[in-house]
Amino acid sequence: MQKITRESLIQKGVELLENGTVDRILGWGKGEFGYDITPTVFYDKESFSKNFEFSSFCGANFSKYLLKETRKGGKILVFIKPCDSYSFNQLLTEHRFDKDKVYVVGISCEGMADVNKIKQKYGEIASVKEDENGITISTLYDGDKTILLDEVLLERCKVCKGKECVYFDEFIGEVKENNPQDRFEKVSALEKMSADERFAFWQNELSRCIRCNACRDVCPACTCEKCVFDNPNSGVENKAISDSFEEKMFHIIRAFHVAGRCTDCGECSRVCPQGIPLHLLNRKFIKDINGFYGEYQAGKEIGSRAPLVNYKKDDLEPSEAVKREEE
Amino acid sequence: MQRIGVFVCWCGTNIAGTVDVSKVSEALKNEPGVVYSTDYQYMCSQAGQDLIKNAVKEHNLTGIVVCSCSPRMHENTFRKTASAAGLNPYMVEIANIREQCSWVHKDIEVGTEKAIILGRAAIAKLHLNAPLTAGESPVTKRALVIGGGIAGIQTALDIAEAGFPVDIVEKQPTIGGKMAQLDKTFPTLDCAACILTPKMVEAGSHEKINIYAYSQVEEVNGFVGNFEVKIRKKARFVKEDLCTGCGICTEKCPQKKVPNEFNLGMDNRSAIYIPFAQAVPKIATIDPNACAKLKTGKCGLCERVCTAKAIDYTQQDQIITEKYGAIVVATGFNPISMDKFDEFAYNQSKDVVTSLEYERIMNAAGPTAGKLLRPSDGKHPHKIVFIQCVGSRCENCAEKGKEYCSKICCMYTAKHAMLTRDKYPDTDVTVFYIDVRTPGKAFDEFYRRAVEDYGVNYVKGMVGKVIPDGDKLIVRGSSLLDNKQLTIEADMVVLAAAIEPDKTARSLATMLTASMDTNDFFTEAHPKLRPVESPTAGVFLSGTCQGPKDIPETVSQAGAAAAKVIGLLAKDKLTGNPCVAEPNQLMCNGCSSCERVCPYGAITYEDKEYRMPDRTTQMRRVASVNPAVCQGCGACTVACPSGAMDLKGFTNKQIMAEVDAICK
Repeated sequence: MQKITRESLIQKGVELLENGTVDRILGWGKGEFGYDITPTVFYDKESFSKNFEFSSFCGANFSKYLLKETRKGGKILVFIKPCDSYSFNQLLTEHRFDKDKVYVVGISCEGMADVNKIKQKYGEIASVKEDENGITISTLYDGDKTILLDEVLLERCKVCKGKECVYFDEFIGEVKENNPQDRFEKVSALEKMSADERFAFWQNELSRCIRCNACRDVCPACTCEKCVFDNPNSGVENKAISDSFEEKMFHIIRAFHVAGRCTDCGECSRVCPQGIPLHLLNRKFIKDINGFYGEYQAGKEIGSRAPLVNYKKDDLEPSEAVKREEE
Repeated sequence: MQRIGVFVCWCGTNIAGTVDVSKVSEALKNEPGVVYSTDYQYMCSQAGQDLIKNAVKEHNLTGIVVCSCSPRMHENTFRKTASAAGLNPYMVEIANIREQCSWVHKDIEVGTEKAIILGRAAIAKLHLNAPLTAGESPVTKRALVIGGGIAGIQTALDIAEAGFPVDIVEKQPTIGGKMAQLDKTFPTLDCAACILTPKMVEAGSHEKINIYAYSQVEEVNGFVGNFEVKIRKKARFVKEDLCTGCGICTEKCPQKKVPNEFNLGMDNRSAIYIPFAQAVPKIATIDPNACAKLKTGKCGLCERVCTAKAIDYTQQDQIITEKYGAIVVATGFNPISMDKFDEFAYNQSKDVVTSLEYERIMNAAGPTAGKLLRPSDGKHPHKIVFIQCVGSRCENCAEKGKEYCSKICCMYTAKHAMLTRDKYPDTDVTVFYIDVRTPGKAFDEFYRRAVEDYGVNYVKGMVGKVIPDGDKLIVRGSSLLDNKQLTIEADMVVLAAAIEPDKTARSLATMLTASMDTNDFFTEAHPKLRPVESPTAGVFLSGTCQGPKDIPETVSQAGAAAAKVIGLLAKDKLTGNPCVAEPNQLMCNGCSSCERVCPYGAITYEDKEYRMPDRTTQMRRVASVNPAVCQGCGACTVACPSGAMDLKGFTNKQIMAEVDAICK
């Protein structure tokens, strides 16, 4: 088993391009500063070898990009991390694209860095470099600092749902054991708050929302042909920027829409430019669904029937759910 | 812009008592689109309906809002009125200002304000109504009766007599149900078998009746007039068409130690068995859990002795798919388990029996051939204590028993007490009771006879404990009238166990999408006016599956259910409900959520080509709804993540308009 490096991935990509398995590659593209890595489609091996990047800043989940890409001809190579593969499966469950148009290289992952956490601690940064000692960042005013990946892990990596890809055509890297934290810790803390405290918490968090729609646009569960918030016939399209209350409603409605389908990939919180912990809304739904209908992980199996769209004779009655919630 | 007429009903004082109806009518006059508004004493009366018809013509109305009772009461009436006035019947909206307003409020100010808001919501919705036309569907002229007890048999006979074919599905190897296990019936004391078996024979030989015994319903699809039902016919390992019911196999079978269900396990039967002499169909059945041949491959004696060559050890379960226009549920009851009633020592002493067991003991075809003998030692008991309401009227013991009254126990206990005293005057009989409830024709006279003519000792009060002591049972109870504690040394104790719906009823209700109450009794469409119909169209209720009943009541309900079925099957076509789901395929993601929540299987997916904005053509997977199968429940509209699914007559926009109007 090999360790995943930029070079090993380039080698794999070039090999698949050259032997005609795929005609293009969806991968992480270099940015200006080393940490601003952008999902990019590479059409030839030259640009791929030159501009492809792989580092601890490659958090982006590519599953959703496949919606558009698979509507084109040919076959595309995509690199999928273990947590991304859940989104991939979920999209297949919802019949959102044809898996034969994709060649999936599953790659192992040691966790990804949260650039916002670094910025919070050290202010704006000019560039990042990574070696076996850790991540070296050049801050604007404070010189170079070397930090460890563990200190700045993305929220979703701390609660990693496993190092194994649930879908791939080919897997490279090695699968390690990991000890994730309890992902519902914060949700439980929120549940323990009084209604007023909780309202104040969300009021504070959501008041920063600028309705840039990044959370929706990146979300692999938000794949409607036409989003209700963009549809003038939906009757809710104006519930966007008219006031702060409706801004809150946007996030709550979105959480409802993805309930039972959200794989907890955490992209919403990763891309939020305002640092709103949006994943907590989704996790509350996941926690409730698990509690009411038994453990369910969206995207774990292709074609699995989510509890909310599956009736079983021993499902608990809604009244029972309300009672349990009160307890 | 619609031209809307508003009609506010007083419903006598039902509404006008707590809602200022003229104020409501005045206030709604100012709503957009309203060109006419009035109030009237009884809008559903002929005069009220004429008032609506005239207003439609005079004011050229395009839609009407009736502020009255629940749409469940009179929506149909007003749709017909609108139709008669030349409007589309779906241009009618009902604002429920009775059940949801006047009846729940005491203060006229509050009631009036709420009535205005409800009226406003209905007007807002009506603005978005579109004329709808109902489709028609044919009716399959065949009925299914689930359960072959007296209820199912009577319903099937009545339907068959009207000329329609009926199938009975019975999970036991024979029809007959609980009544076949009874000895005598109250209040006339005629023998249960003597009056039941002719009906069983009639059902078994009726040319229009087909019995699937030893079978169960596996799956129900479709809708009123067009159900498709899968029936599992369990393997009997006996060829039904060849078996003559001679019974030689049951005599020769070496495995004779199988507890006999028909006698509630008080004696044994063989592995191949016929439940009782008058079974219909009279066909032997091999119990696969007991048969040595099926379990180990060694034996085969029954095959050798069967002259009809009917034994077939390789028989498999068979799935039969049949179409029906109507389904009658007649799944009946069972006595509750006595396991949780340790105080009565049911599990500790064989001489504590349930009333149904006592019924078998008294029966000539029972384990003791009709002689009153104790199960433990076969001796004749001289002192018997009957305990009523065991598990019935259990207000504070819901985990053990039932809150409801099982209704039949007072009468059968009186019957048991009377018969015991009649046959064995040397036996002393005491009955402990909470109340004696005997409302029925000749019922109270029957109970009085037990007390006055037969000298049964009735004690008002409950038994606290039954303690087995050697071959005696010490019964400790209280007599409330004497305010005394009693201790009786009894030879036998009989428990009047509460009755509960059959365990299979819950899963059947799910298959039928028929509703149940918290006790698992099927609910009727209306407790007074539609007592034999389930709220699910085309599903009817017969017998104790709907609530505790005695035989006369069961038989009359069975006949009533049959009349409803006949009324349905006599029609050639049914008018459908135009309020069905409709997907906007341009917005559909093809995610299958709607298909998965649809309880009727009305949604399928198709691949369709679409022109994309970039002039390419693309194959997309989109939902489509079969309007004949859709019942308009709306589950899919909620499950649809993209809002592509909508319900005609209750569109998302209409609902939002109502909510907006209420929140204004």
